Amino acid sequence: MLLIECPWCGGRDETEFGYGGQAHVPYPEDPHALTDAQWAEYVFIRDNPRGPYAERWVHSAGCRRWFNAVRDTGTNDVKATYPIGARKPVTS
Amino acid sequence: MSHDPRALPEHPEWLWRTPEPKSSYDIVIVGAGGHGLATAFYLARQHGITNVAVLERGWLAGGNMARNTTIIRSNYLLEESAALYEHALRLWETWPDDLDYDFLFSQRGVLNLAHTLQDVRDSRRRVFSNQLGGVDAEWLTPDEVAKICPIINTSSDTRYPVLGATFQPRAGIAKHDHVAWALARQCDAMGIDLIQGCEVTGFVTSPDGDRVTGVHTSKGTINAGRIGLAAAGRTSVLTEQLGLRLPIQSHPLQALVSELLEPIHPTVVMSNHVHVYVSQAHKGELVLGAGVDAYNSYTQRGSIPVIEHQMAAAIELFPMFARAQVLRTWAGIVDVTPDASPVISPTPIENLFVNCGWGTGGFKATPAAGWTFAHTLATGAAHSLNAPYALDRFVTGALIDEHGAAAVAH
Repeated sequence: MLLIECPWCGGRDETEFGYGGQAHVPYPEDPHALTDAQWAEYVFIRDNPRGPYAERWVHSAGCRRWFNAVRDTGTNDVKATYPIGARKPVTS
Repeated sequence: MSHDPRALPEHPEWLWRTPEPKSSYDIVIVGAGGHGLATAFYLARQHGITNVAVLERGWLAGGNMARNTTIIRSNYLLEESAALYEHALRLWETWPDDLDYDFLFSQRGVLNLAHTLQDVRDSRRRVFSNQLGGVDAEWLTPDEVAKICPIINTSSDTRYPVLGATFQPRAGIAKHDHVAWALARQCDAMGIDLIQGCEVTGFVTSPDGDRVTGVHTSKGTINAGRIGLAAAGRTSVLTEQLGLRLPIQSHPLQALVSELLEPIHPTVVMSNHVHVYVSQAHKGELVLGAGVDAYNSYTQRGSIPVIEHQMAAAIELFPMFARAQVLRTWAGIVDVTPDASPVISPTPIENLFVNCGWGTGGFKATPAAGWTFAHTLATGAAHSLNAPYALDRFVTGALIDEHGAAAVAH
């Protein structure tokens, strides 16, 4: 079970949260300009690292707000959580 | 032989050698799970290619091959899927003799339960599709379900009543580690090197990086004419070293077993709607699985709430299971694609091929994965069965969307 620090509510059990996959994937600035391969990249392909991963969570059973986290996928340690729109923090 | 029907078969005296790697092979396969071993087996058997090494970072069949719930079936909705999985099932039916090794293949049938009107419509559509495609399938009423599996609660007085089920009589289970050992023994006998404790740490490439020519490993550099990745949840970690991004996310998939019980469960029961699947293994333990943990992870463990959820579903369906004890739980790392179908394909990098993206359902497909990946590695091009499973379907949009038959229940 993960213990996740909601930036607004504090540390809560994983069951209160929903998962949103990779963070910091912006919608293309000019979608019409993208090739099919670039669309495939945007729609279907995400990073899948073993190690620190910036990802989105939503505190569904709490404040219902989205936020980002950096979690190590090799250990499940949540290194940092931070508001949407903030820069990804530097984690060791 | 023992007369106890729960006794396991004896091992043959000889299984496989423990060779040191040679400096070069025609084909190197990364990953000695079921798919890697089946690929090597068919490279030798169907294509006469035996200068092959199968490299394994841990021990043979210690990954998902030892962690799945051993369900074998082919009742998928779409033509491309049914063709691939039915090919696998037909090969499974030949393997006990062909591999000359008893792995307890038991065609006890699979029930896929329907609990809502939409489930009923989708299930009946899948039965019609299967019947048209030559896959054995029938639609059963709740009374017929109860005849096949009397321990299911088919009363209407439940949160999600059983409204019917699809039934594939030829589906079943097998003893997964014995399957791997059977394949390994055959591969070894045909001269293939199975090298355990040999982790691939990088690739040898041509100067422009367009072509792979070998692998760096914890046992030194090994040159290869062609390289096939059969590394499931770790595929992305390998390909990212080449700058090759794949449409895969790695998730933990958990399963559990009860203590050994008398034979009480005659078939395999799956329910997408309440998220559980259950069979009873040869020795007597109930084997249960469910969906993946939502988050990406490479830790071979998952979260307890997922286990609690699947046990709640199991007890709803099988009230008598309330008195069973959980013996152990575990997780494997599965490689999930956006359309819940695999990738068996050449890649943009010359001489590099991938068999990945099987997600939660790779075990049942072991023979067909081996058959098609061997063909692809031997000839450089896809077999007709795996042509639809190319990497470029995510660019063309020709997805094989099997979420209905594949996403949760395997």
